[in-house]
Amino acid sequence: MSDDSPTARTVLVTGGSRGIGLACARTLAAAGHRVAVTSSSTAVDEPGILAVKCDVTDPAQVEAAISEVEEQLGAVEVLVACAGITRDGLLVRMSEDDFAAVVDTNLTATWRVAKRVVPKMMRARWGRVIVVSSVNAYIGAAGQSNYAASKAGLIGLTRSIAREYGPRGITANVVAPGPIDTDMIASLPEATRAAMEAGVPIGRIGQPDEVAAAVAFLASDSAAYITGAVLPVDGGAGMGF
Amino acid sequence: MSDVFERFKPLAVQVLSVEADKVTPEASFADDLDADSLDLAELVMALEDEFDITVEEDELEGISTVQHALDLVSGKLPA
Repeated sequence: MSDDSPTARTVLVTGGSRGIGLACARTLAAAGHRVAVTSSSTAVDEPGILAVKCDVTDPAQVEAAISEVEEQLGAVEVLVACAGITRDGLLVRMSEDDFAAVVDTNLTATWRVAKRVVPKMMRARWGRVIVVSSVNAYIGAAGQSNYAASKAGLIGLTRSIAREYGPRGITANVVAPGPIDTDMIASLPEATRAAMEAGVPIGRIGQPDEVAAAVAFLASDSAAYITGAVLPVDGGAGMGF
Repeated sequence: MSDVFERFKPLAVQVLSVEADKVTPEASFADDLDADSLDLAELVMALEDEFDITVEEDELEGISTVQHALDLVSGKLPA
């Protein structure tokens, strides 16, 4: 054990083609891990990152994509569940489809991917599940009844995994970003962005790398005794909730 | 039958972390092999892989001994 460099792990980042997911993939690859990303849309062409196309709402695609990752990089030891969408609208005007699509992608698909990778973590007696939720999971957000509900659901999902598989050396934690500078935010009107900034004690929108740093910590050997936690990376926006 | 047991035994030893001589057909998972629900879930997954079978949750009702599990597995293998 003279080598004190961290153990290289096989990492899967869902929703890893852009935004927070891509930042997580880059940070974990730079830390020496074997990193795969799945994405439903954008192609990823990043040195040192295996990109696999996968619509996480389709069980067959999840099975095929994770099998490919296992063949190329080995069993997934660290899952970073980042795949997510928004379909904002007022509750009173929101369609059934817009509610269901957001819950399917953000919550149900995370359950599906976790179910596929956890058995091998059990066998290895080691695993890390890191789920990217949102500060809106607990403070709510006008226009995001679907998104906030899905992100709150992720906390219950993650904590249940923490309890079920703690005895197998698997930790499960949530990272809850506040407003972060991604396409999701860039598409909002300037006034909405300004209002978001005003709600952040630190006074600015965060960077994807700042979320990735928290994810990398939770994936590290140093975080072995942290499980079931919700770690806000929000500039203080969600304090007290 | 004995062939199924011979393949079953090392899986049980590995997954349940028990001595090989404790894995007998009469052994109770809960009482003799000290297996909890997580251990059993893991054992079922290992058996599914080893024997290339699928076991539904409702089929596990009443499976309390090694013999029960062997019967379940045997019943799913091609004759």
